[in-house]
Amino acid sequence: MELQVKDRDVVVPGQVVATGMEYLPSTGTYRLGDDIRANRLGLMKIEGKVLKTIPLAGVYLPQKNDVVIGKVIDILMSGWRLALNSPYSAVLQVKDATFDFIAKGADLTKYFDLEDHVVAKVIQVTSQNLVDVTCKGPGLKKLTGGRIIKVCPHKVPRIIGTKGSMVGMIKKATGCKIIIGQNGVIWMEGAPDKEYVAVETIRLIEELAHTTGLTERVKQHLVERTGVDAASLEHVEQEEEFGGSPDDRPRRYPREEGRPERGPPRGSSNDRRRRPYPARPRRGEQ
Amino acid sequence: MTKVPLVMSQDRKQHLIKSLEAGVRIDGRKKDEFRPLSIELGVSSTAEGSALVRAGDSSVIAGVKMGLGKPYPDTPDSGVLMVNAELLPLSNPEFESGPPGIESIEIARVIDRGIRESHAFDAKSLCVEPGESVWMVQCDVMPINFDGNLIDLGGLAALAALLDARFPMVGGDGTVDYHERTDRKLELEQLPVPVTVGKIGKHLLVDPTQEEESALDARLTLTMLANGDLCALQKGGDEPLTRDDIKAMVSLAGEKGKELRAKLLEVTGR
Repeated sequence: MELQVKDRDVVVPGQVVATGMEYLPSTGTYRLGDDIRANRLGLMKIEGKVLKTIPLAGVYLPQKNDVVIGKVIDILMSGWRLALNSPYSAVLQVKDATFDFIAKGADLTKYFDLEDHVVAKVIQVTSQNLVDVTCKGPGLKKLTGGRIIKVCPHKVPRIIGTKGSMVGMIKKATGCKIIIGQNGVIWMEGAPDKEYVAVETIRLIEELAHTTGLTERVKQHLVERTGVDAASLEHVEQEEEFGGSPDDRPRRYPREEGRPERGPPRGSSNDRRRRPYPARPRRGEQ
Repeated sequence: MTKVPLVMSQDRKQHLIKSLEAGVRIDGRKKDEFRPLSIELGVSSTAEGSALVRAGDSSVIAGVKMGLGKPYPDTPDSGVLMVNAELLPLSNPEFESGPPGIESIEIARVIDRGIRESHAFDAKSLCVEPGESVWMVQCDVMPINFDGNLIDLGGLAALAALLDARFPMVGGDGTVDYHERTDRKLELEQLPVPVTVGKIGKHLLVDPTQEEESALDARLTLTMLANGDLCALQKGGDEPLTRDDIKAMVSLAGEKGKELRAKLLEVTGR
């Protein structure tokens, strides 16, 4: 009836993290008999009675409403295929790409060409992991200029920081424009030397993502490398364009796209005129 | 799904050139700066000689095998050197298994040409019995992880492996016993170090990463000796080079070649 691990402990798959029914399994844990076990290598996260593990590494799996940066890898009949730094690629349909009118048979490379990078939002992930994205929305666009780097998708929340505090600090210190996709693809543009400092800082965060006191460490690094005033890096929280930490996002299971909500139960209305077909006469009524 | 060619989009290339104009490369290096280099000898216990060369995220392994064989009829008293390169699929998602492609053949031949044309070692010293039996030295070069500049790193690895090599024992009946090694080394008289100078826009740079390689307009590999003699040249890329480009490249490669040679000598203790 008790916990076998502490918060932020490293756990391995199959490890018993709690016994008894006091606690509840969540993402990254499962119940086997009386035990709750971890199902992946990661850090333990204890939220009251709910036990989760935070993976240390892994691939990006697209989730609805994620804002990602994709690379155009194919031009389709009526859309584009985007690589998402993930096992699954996404399709951007013409109807979701732009508000412009695109004539039938138009040359689609005028809008997005091969090797272009695009900020897009995931609008649907099917059970077969077919991914649809859209480019219609605030902040969603084709990226011109700048450079692209890739980081581990699971480190993205630490790079963004609470309410964008971490990335805000980097932006402030280096003067770079930075866009972070949930899939671990990061676009940035700025003065060449400062841009490199930003890359370096992001690599540092990636390396130290599991440690505490990260913000201070990063602040120190930025002050050393850019010579900005440490005080100016206080309170740089910003409305991050792509929402807060993914830990606040709805969990993948149970799926959001479950059964559609039901209307009123059939036969509850006596209004026969609204029925598409007249009710079958009951036996013996004729 | 169509395969995307390894060419950087124009848009990002322009950004890279802008950065080069300020003298900063995408990984923070200067244009004429090599990545920190490490050379490790004797990484394979089964090869007669081996070396692992690392620079940044690139790492290349080279191994030397020696065997007795029949010499070619036109050079009955000369040993044989073969350099072979293979781009392992594990080292980069773009590499595929199968017969060697243009890239791996180029790497092998440029490295081979440097060693061969510099007469780095006396082929006659590899002769056991003229017309009957000579040492055949086979040098295999392969990337363990690919992040650009395979020719230079492969060339260094090959040289280091050749320096590391010890002849195996030969039994009384003329068979080679690979479990026993002698103290005999390959006598390398020269160290032909290849240096590749790339050109992006009007900028010349050494030791390009994979990302920079995808943006190269042209490249020139120059293999030079300690006294500055050129013994192999290989031009790649679509754009032409001007006379001034080549002059600048030669002096840059000479300078960098010295650094690499010094590192090689330091590691092998010669």
